[in-house]
Amino acid sequence: MDRMPKWADVILTPLISLALAFAISALVILAIGESPIEALKVMVEGALGSSYGWGFTLYYATNFIFTGLAVTVAYHAGLFNIGGEGQAAMGGLGVALVLLAVPWPHWALALPAAMIGAALFGALWALIPAWLQARRGSHIVITTIMFNFIAAALLNYVLVNLLRPVGSMDPASASFAEPTHLPKLSDMALGFGMEWGKNTPANVSFFVALAACLLVWLLIWRTKLGFEIRAFGKSERGALYAGISPVRITVIAMLISGALAGLMAINNVMGEAERLVLNAVEGAGFIGIAVALMGRNHPFGVLLAALLFGFLYQGGGELALWTSVPRELIVVIQALVILFTGALDNMVRMPLERIFMALRRKGA
Amino acid sequence: MTAQPEVPDGAPAIELRGISKAFGPVQANKGIDLRVSRGTIHGIIGENGAGKSTLMSILYGFYRPDSGEILIGGNPITITDSQTAIRAGIGMVFQHFKLVQNFTVLENVILGAEDGRLLRPSLSRARGELKRLASEYELQVDPDALVEDLSVGHQQRVEILKALYRQADILILDEPTGVLTPAEADHLFRILRGLRDEGKTIILITHKLREIMEITDNVSVMRRGEMVASVTTSETSPTQLAELMVGRKVLLRVEKAPAQPGAPVLEVRGLRMVDAAGVERLRGIDLDIRAGEVLGIAGVAGNGQTQLLEILGGYPEAGAKIEGALRLKGQPLPLTGSDAGARRKAGIGHVPEDRQVEGLIMDFSAWENVAFGYHDAPEFQSGWLMDQSAIRADAQAKIEHFDVRPPNPELAAKNFSGGNQQKIVVAREVERNPDLLLIGQPTRGVDIGAIEFIHKRIIALRDAGKAVLLVSVELDEIMALADRIAVMFDGRIMGERLPEEATTADLGCLMAGIEPGTIAPQDAIPPAALHVPAEGA
Repeated sequence: MDRMPKWADVILTPLISLALAFAISALVILAIGESPIEALKVMVEGALGSSYGWGFTLYYATNFIFTGLAVTVAYHAGLFNIGGEGQAAMGGLGVALVLLAVPWPHWALALPAAMIGAALFGALWALIPAWLQARRGSHIVITTIMFNFIAAALLNYVLVNLLRPVGSMDPASASFAEPTHLPKLSDMALGFGMEWGKNTPANVSFFVALAACLLVWLLIWRTKLGFEIRAFGKSERGALYAGISPVRITVIAMLISGALAGLMAINNVMGEAERLVLNAVEGAGFIGIAVALMGRNHPFGVLLAALLFGFLYQGGGELALWTSVPRELIVVIQALVILFTGALDNMVRMPLERIFMALRRKGA
Repeated sequence: MTAQPEVPDGAPAIELRGISKAFGPVQANKGIDLRVSRGTIHGIIGENGAGKSTLMSILYGFYRPDSGEILIGGNPITITDSQTAIRAGIGMVFQHFKLVQNFTVLENVILGAEDGRLLRPSLSRARGELKRLASEYELQVDPDALVEDLSVGHQQRVEILKALYRQADILILDEPTGVLTPAEADHLFRILRGLRDEGKTIILITHKLREIMEITDNVSVMRRGEMVASVTTSETSPTQLAELMVGRKVLLRVEKAPAQPGAPVLEVRGLRMVDAAGVERLRGIDLDIRAGEVLGIAGVAGNGQTQLLEILGGYPEAGAKIEGALRLKGQPLPLTGSDAGARRKAGIGHVPEDRQVEGLIMDFSAWENVAFGYHDAPEFQSGWLMDQSAIRADAQAKIEHFDVRPPNPELAAKNFSGGNQQKIVVAREVERNPDLLLIGQPTRGVDIGAIEFIHKRIIALRDAGKAVLLVSVELDEIMALADRIAVMFDGRIMGERLPEEATTADLGCLMAGIEPGTIAPQDAIPPAALHVPAEGA
């Protein structure tokens, strides 16, 4: 029997973890002589208090949805893909190549092509670790993290030596042509006659991310492939018994995972920077791990967790801008949230389970 | 309820008064009363899910009871964890051993009971103690052997030694003979009798009526969380105990008409297999399994039965070298390069030996498990997606046919009792009406009611003209079900017998790798001669 009701498992546990993380963050802010209440106010107002703040929050959240989903799909196959960072970086290269190679007449044509480029490059970057895991038993955690470094070095080389426009001193590709620029959410709001999120990077990719959540949910819980992925993730012996090939599932799950991570590039590279720059991913690949953990590896959980981390990112930026709280403290807060919601999950869950058991006993 | 004779010399070793324990809405133990007299062997018998394991976990401090009282030697005690239990003199031998495989026997014995920071004094003390225990109770084990090199029977001895080293007065054994050969079980019983005669108290949890009758002094029967009876063993009978366990009359023998064997469904010729580590697991197996018969493979676990089932089921160990030929209904069947899915499509159903690791995904719901292995069947698809309503309906029907309890297809497999888990697997494989059913350890850890049911289904499949290959380490089961018995030892078929001609002693010899006729009259062999080499060695 379940130890506690589902709502407590899915909502209450992460909320308490979050509260604990914020409480300790408050103590840290107090310790450096700032007011935690003031800090929270700045963060909430900066991230959620205006459409401007929301524009950034949603932009960051879009990145985290893609990388969080990438971790989720691999997780269900029992694989820990921590190579989202490298796969997203390669996705950026895919986007840049697609957009620079063809004179796209309109973004609506360019976007599907860029998505294919992003997914393909991300997937191929995940393929090698997947193949090594499936065929050679090389641990995927080790290989994917190594591939993050390789991707960074490769991108460095490509940007400096191949994609950098002649005469430019900036290690970045040329800017993408005007017609490929994705509509910002602010533009779309204007279309409805609304003034919303002016000068923010949130763009149409957000809706692609929402669709990705739905598709991943369908994949994992409604398709035969998802059934096989979950079965393999739970028991490799069982999968063999059922005629499910471990090699096939390992490779396919990692291809999907890498493709999702790569797809992030339509948001940050195509939607925001509109050219490929060095270190475009900015750690979103790693945040994806925390997002997936906090989201319980469920696409809708990932969506909520991505919004939270989007808020932390944007609110943290505001905090550094408007108060004398140092930028590093934002990292501390984010780390505490990851620590409590991800790593220390059982610390909250177990006492909570005990409380619910006791309550039930009393009620029974 | 307690109809035991009063112990003259004071309080019982263990007394439970009104122990209750609930897991959510499930009442695992309801007002359990139990008195175990000092210096006796007390059997606790009950179907899977009757609450035996919960009760023992309470005694060993894994769970706290919701209400009730535990008295050890007449003194009330609160057992908060296993350390308290050990201090109170309770030792536990689990069904699945809790040994460190790459430690020596000695290291395992002192693990957690070291005297100080340095190991040497503990080790030498333990060595002396082990020597004493070995001579006193026939508990011989080489103290310097690595546990992974020991046979299952010897590993179990290490578990008993661990408990005795911690000065256990009360020894609880959970299904101790499930993994033993008949000879090893006999040896275990001699050890237990020796311990009892020295004044130790032994609680034996089992579902095997024969063992209860053979070794216990008193027996308590549990059913659905309640202690329904406590009787003196000599005053009861297996039939009465079985009725008490199940709550209704049970057939202990399988009723079956004579087999009507037809043409061979599966022909196995010269099957050899060398595993990835280079060990020859199968050394030339020849078998014919005919339509309308049950071929029983008897043998001690680890003599190649698992490898045989895996090859026939289409998923041999990776890296193994396999030779030989298979023919299914006259058509050649590829030895390798095929997978379990292709085998199913060819008409081979497979109930694997380990339902929890292979046959089921424990976290999946029952309805998902009913589709497991057949998840690509066309009737379960609807366009790009799986047809969940079709699978659910199919699962509901199978659950009803097989009387799976609770009849809730949404429940995860892990929340069913062992017997009901096995019913789910058997339902899935049998209801597909395969031409050949491979079935390994069909009733391991399954309660009597479910055993009867599963046995009937196997016979029904046979009577429908299908072929059944039954692998079991339970000789009783083989004798009851098989129309022909082949005994496997060290990757070979030692011999074939008809059940009406076979004797336990004869089969025991074959199981131990002794060719018939090499030793004079079989009946003269003492049980000790049936020593079987270590599993997997």
